[in-house]
Amino acid sequence: MLYAILCYNHEDVVSAWSQEEEDRVMGRLMRVQDGLAQQGRLGPVARLVPTTAATTLRKNGDQMLVLDGPFAETKEQLLGFYLIDCENLEGALDVARDLAKANPGTGSYEIRPVLLFHPNEGGLKVEAA
Amino acid sequence: MSELAWIDAALTSARPQAVGALLRHFRDLDTAEEAFQEACLRALKSWPANGPPRDPAAWLIMVGRNAAIDGIRKRARHEPLPDEERISDLEDAEEAVAERLDGEDYRDDVLRLLFVCCHPDLPATQQIALALRIVSGLSVRQIAKAFLVGESAMEQRITRAKAKIAASGAAFGAPGAIERAERLAAVAAMLYLLFNEGYSAEADTAAARRPLCDEAIRLGRLLLRLFPAEPEIMGLTALMLLQHARSAARFDAEGQIVLLDDQDRSLWNRPMIAEGLALIDKALRHFRPGAYQIQAAIAACHARAATAADTDWRAIEALYATLEHIQPSPVITLNRAVAVSKARGPEEALAMVEPLGERLDGYFHFHGLRGALLLELERKDDARIAFNRAIALANTAAEAAHIRQHLDRLAGDATARKGAAG
Repeated sequence: MLYAILCYNHEDVVSAWSQEEEDRVMGRLMRVQDGLAQQGRLGPVARLVPTTAATTLRKNGDQMLVLDGPFAETKEQLLGFYLIDCENLEGALDVARDLAKANPGTGSYEIRPVLLFHPNEGGLKVEAA
Repeated sequence: MSELAWIDAALTSARPQAVGALLRHFRDLDTAEEAFQEACLRALKSWPANGPPRDPAAWLIMVGRNAAIDGIRKRARHEPLPDEERISDLEDAEEAVAERLDGEDYRDDVLRLLFVCCHPDLPATQQIALALRIVSGLSVRQIAKAFLVGESAMEQRITRAKAKIAASGAAFGAPGAIERAERLAAVAAMLYLLFNEGYSAEADTAAARRPLCDEAIRLGRLLLRLFPAEPEIMGLTALMLLQHARSAARFDAEGQIVLLDDQDRSLWNRPMIAEGLALIDKALRHFRPGAYQIQAAIAACHARAATAADTDWRAIEALYATLEHIQPSPVITLNRAVAVSKARGPEEALAMVEPLGERLDGYFHFHGLRGALLLELERKDDARIAFNRAIALANTAAEAAHIRQHLDRLAGDATARKGAAG
């Protein structure tokens, strides 16, 4: 079974870390990742740019609304994610609009630029359920 | 991360909200600061034992407020004090405060806290020092170190600034829409001053001043979270990120300044650039251009160029022209002339620079650029005169050293010519 692990934390606390603290945390996280990678159990890993860089596309029927900031509603749940390559935010919004059109009813798409990305290609030796 | 380091980071990040709310409550900076200090002391005792609260800012506001009220009662010798448990174990109350924090109050609290530091009667350096003390919670010693002055001098400066604010009767009411926009603009200007105080440093003081840049960026992000749809705040934060991203490449091993064109771009901080570019992208969608956005867009042109030769100077020139239009200033024209010289050659640039002489005669960069353009046009004697003017006006040893290189090269040329003639 493949699992996605989504990481949540206090962004303002994390961004108040000193460089040394940041390096220490990253070092410990890398050790966890290395262990998984050696066992062929690690897929793509990404760290996102802070939520201040986030944009949200909200769809309500045929209406689409672009909002600055991260997804803030609590009535909808995270159902999946895409990783796409785009020239800029406008390109990413176009893709989100296509996805929104393909889906019926309401929905929200939070668009977050990716800061660090390790594809770990071929690293994953398990197939999705 | 050790528990203590986590608590320290949590206290730092909660500080603007907490002190802002306490200031609204007590309408007095000293009381608000003391209340926060007391809450921090109690947090250091309580959090390791009971675990950190779900919302640190709400906890600190509630505990700080109760502690300050206790203090006031104690001094007034009023009724008996409520016991410790009442303030250390009130999850419901904490939740109620947390809920209120989501509202507009919270946003205006932080803005007010930053805004009181921007009082127009205070000189710029005092505004910044005060913001670092009150909003960021840096110690007087840390601030003095960053400003390269003695601790007692800085202490005095901050005390005087606080007294001035207390006497002026700062704006404690909830701001209307126009007032809020004005406050936001004043705060943005103060943050950029803070950033520049840290940025325009020489190599040997760069490390000491760096925290000023970090702090300006942190406060920029904070403002963005509170006002997520303000393109100028996006622009300001992007501008600071994109400039700060280059800091590791700005000085060579000898401490000489390295100009943008000559910088080792592999030393640029890629995560900061990514964040800055993403913010510019967001800002552009609003079609409400402003000075910070345009300057950030210029910095973005440099950040996007893989090598100096790849720089899109035409785009940069167009951006400077727009900036000149909304914020006319001879310094901006001077910067535009740099772009013109790269895009279309030194002759046109010099024609743009010459008329600025009257207003920029006392400005280092004017004579420096003029000298460089004259040198490119092979007018060596004129170049030498311009460089000599520049070196006399240099603000830092690094600036002087940079001009000295040009002069030495010119002197070398002259000797070589004489040698050839003889």
